Amino acid sequence: MAELTYRAAVARGIAQEMDRDERVLLIGEDVAGAGGVFKTTPGLLERFGPRRVIDTPIAEQAILGAAMGAAMTGLRPIAEIMFADFFAVTWDIVVNQIAKTRYMTNGQVTLPLVIKTGNGGNLRFGAQHSQSIENWAMAVPGLKVVTPSTPRDVVGLMAAAVRSDDPVLFFEHKGMYASKADVPDGEIVDALGTSVIRRPGTDATVLALGLMVPRALEAAEMLASEGIDLEVIDVRSLVPLDTRTILESVSRTGRLFTVEENPQLLGWGAELVAIASDEVFWDLDAPPVRITTPHVPLPSAAALEDSVIPGVERIVQTIRKRLV
Amino acid sequence: MSWPLQTHPYGEHAPVLPPMENRDFDHAALDRSTRLGLYRRLQELRQLEKRAYDLFMRNLVKGTSHLSLGMEAISAGFGAAMRPDDYTFATYRGHAHTLSRGVPMAPVLAELMGRANGLLGGKGGSMHLTSVEHGVLGSYAIIGAHLVIANGAALSAQLRGSGQVTVCFFGDGTTNIGAFHEALNFAAVYSLPVVFVCENNHYMEYTPIGDITAVPRPAADRAAAYGLASRTVDGNDVDAVHLAAQELLAQARAGEGPSLIEAVTYRHGGHSRADPGKYRPDKEVRAWLDYDPITLYRGRLGRLGVPAAELDAIDREVAAAVDEATEIARNGAEPDIASALTDVWADGGSSWRN
Ligand SMILES: Cc1ncc(C[n+]2csc(CCOP(=O)(O)OP(=O)(O)O)c2C)c(N)n1
Repeated sequence: MAELTYRAAVARGIAQEMDRDERVLLIGEDVAGAGGVFKTTPGLLERFGPRRVIDTPIAEQAILGAAMGAAMTGLRPIAEIMFADFFAVTWDIVVNQIAKTRYMTNGQVTLPLVIKTGNGGNLRFGAQHSQSIENWAMAVPGLKVVTPSTPRDVVGLMAAAVRSDDPVLFFEHKGMYASKADVPDGEIVDALGTSVIRRPGTDATVLALGLMVPRALEAAEMLASEGIDLEVIDVRSLVPLDTRTILESVSRTGRLFTVEENPQLLGWGAELVAIASDEVFWDLDAPPVRITTPHVPLPSAAALEDSVIPGVERIVQTIRKRLV
Repeated sequence: MSWPLQTHPYGEHAPVLPPMENRDFDHAALDRSTRLGLYRRLQELRQLEKRAYDLFMRNLVKGTSHLSLGMEAISAGFGAAMRPDDYTFATYRGHAHTLSRGVPMAPVLAELMGRANGLLGGKGGSMHLTSVEHGVLGSYAIIGAHLVIANGAALSAQLRGSGQVTVCFFGDGTTNIGAFHEALNFAAVYSLPVVFVCENNHYMEYTPIGDITAVPRPAADRAAAYGLASRTVDGNDVDAVHLAAQELLAQARAGEGPSLIEAVTYRHGGHSRADPGKYRPDKEVRAWLDYDPITLYRGRLGRLGVPAAELDAIDREVAAAVDEATEIARNGAEPDIASALTDVWADGGSSWRN
C-alpha cells in the first residue's frame, strides 16, 4: 500500500497494462517525451520505448484515426485527447467511426481501444478547457464511459478499460490530478459497469461522479452532524450503468439526489432520475433532485467558476432544504 | 502522355484525352493471364454495378448508392497488385474496391438489397461494405475520415512487422478536408506502409473540383508539402494503374514509407442514384464515354493478339455470374428484426445496463 496521486495512478494503470500485454500502446500529443501535459504518463517512454509510447502531431483526428485503425488490426491502443473539450475536433471519428463500426459491420470489426482525456473544471482554465462532456459520450450508442474518482479506481478502471473489447472513453478529472490516496500494491483490475457505495446511509441516495464524489462525501459528513444520514454512490461508469446498485439504494432510502458537473440540460443525472422514476417510482418518498452546473459555459475567474460548479455548500443546502 | 482532362476555373472544361490508340503500355511487363485477369475484373465491376443500377430502378435496392462506372480500372489495377492480407479502405463509392479484393458478388448484391445473406446482414448497406476476411476494412461515408484510420492499420502492420500494406482510396473532393492533411503528415512522419489513392473523377458531388481547388492536381500537387512521393496516372488505363500499384506497394512493403497517387478518371453517371449528372458539359461527357477503360483495354488486348471471341466469352461468363449472384441475393430472407439489437458491443448485444 502506498499513497499515490491521481495523476501518478494514471501512469501506473497504463504501465500495468502495457507490461501485461504487448499489444497495448499509448499515443497522443506530448505523452512520450514530456510525460503528458498533466504529467499523467511520465516514465512510460523510458520503460516501453518509442514504438509503444508515441508522440504525435497536433492532429486529433489523426490520433484517434490511428488508434481506431490499430484497434481494428489487432492492437489495443490507448489514445490521449489532451483536454476533453477537444473531443469536439474529433467528433466524427468518435461518433461516426469508432462508435458505429462494430454495429455497421455486423460484428466483423471489434475496437478494443481507450481514449483517455482530462475532463472537468476547477482549474480556472475557462470555457474551452474545462468542460465535463460525459453526457455527450453517453448519448452515443457504442461508446463506454467511465470516470474514476480515486487513485485506486484510476488504476482499476484503466485496466478494465484496456481489457474491454469495446471502445472506452476514460474521463480523468483534471481537477483531481493532485489529489492523493492509498493504492494497494500489485495488480488492480476493476469491472466496468460497477458503481461503489462510498458511504452507506439510510435517508437519501446521492449519486456523484468524479470531483463531485469527494464533495458529496464532505456534504454527507456535514449533514450527518445534523442527523441526516446520506448514502453516497460513486457512479464510476455511465455506460455500462450499474442500475442494480443504484436502484436498490434508491428503493431503500426513498430519496434521490444527483450531483454533477455537467450543465443542467440533458446531464447524466437527468437520465438516472428518469430511470428511477420509471422503475422504482413507488419507492420514492419525494421527487428526485438534480444538483448541476447551470446552463452556462464554464467561466474562468475562481469566484465565478466556484459559483457554478456544485460545491459542498450548495450540495448541503439543497439536500437540507429538501429533507428537513 | 497529355493529361486526360484540363479544367479551367469557372470556365469550359476542355477534355484533352490521350488517343484511344495509346500504346504506352502495350509492351509493359505483364503476361497474358494477368491481363486477362484484369479484363475479367473490369467486366465484373462494370456488369455488377450495372446490375445494381437496374435493381435500383426496379426499387429492389433502396436508399442510395454511388456507382463507379467508368472508374473501374483503378480498383481493378490495385486489387490485382495487393497481397491477400493487405488492407483496403474505401469510400461510400466502394463496390468496386470491395469486389476487387475477391469478395463474392452475391453477398454484395444481397447487402444492397437489405437481405439477411448480405455481407453485413443488412446493417451496413451500399455505403459501408466491409469484409475483414478479404482485408476490406470498411467503406466510409464521411469524407476523409478513413484516411486517418488507414494510417492506424498501417501503423499496426508496421509495429507487428507483418509486411502488410494499406491502400486507401478517396475522391478529389476529399483533398480539401482537414483529415486529408492530417493523414498525409501523420503517414509521412512515421513512414507508414500506406498508399493513398486519389480517384480524381473531376467532380466532388456536383461542383467541378477545378472550380474550388487552388491547384490543378488536388492530391498530387499537395503531397510534396507533407513529404510524400506522389505521381499521376491515367486512371482509365488498367495496365498503367496496375504497374504503378505494384511499384508503390513494393516500396511500402520494403519500408520506404507512404506514397500518393492521383488516378485521373471520370464517372459515367451522376454522383449518386438520384443524380443524372446534368451539370457536366455534353462534350466532356461524350469524350470520356469514348475513353472508356474497357474499350481502351479491349483495343490493347486486340493489338496484342487476343481474339475478340475469347474476350466475348469472358463477358458472357461474367454475365452468368452476375445473374446467379442476383438470384441468390433476391432469394435471401429479410433480416431477422432481432438483429437490429445485436452487435453494438463485443458481447454481441446492445445492453447498456445491468
Ligand atoms: C464530411 C462530409 N461532408 C460532406 C459529405 C457529403 N458528400 C458525400 S460525397 C461528397 C463528394 C465527395 O467527392 P469526392 O471526394 O471527389 O469523391 P467522389 O464522390 O467523386 O468519389 C460529398 C460532399 C460527406 N459525406 N461527408
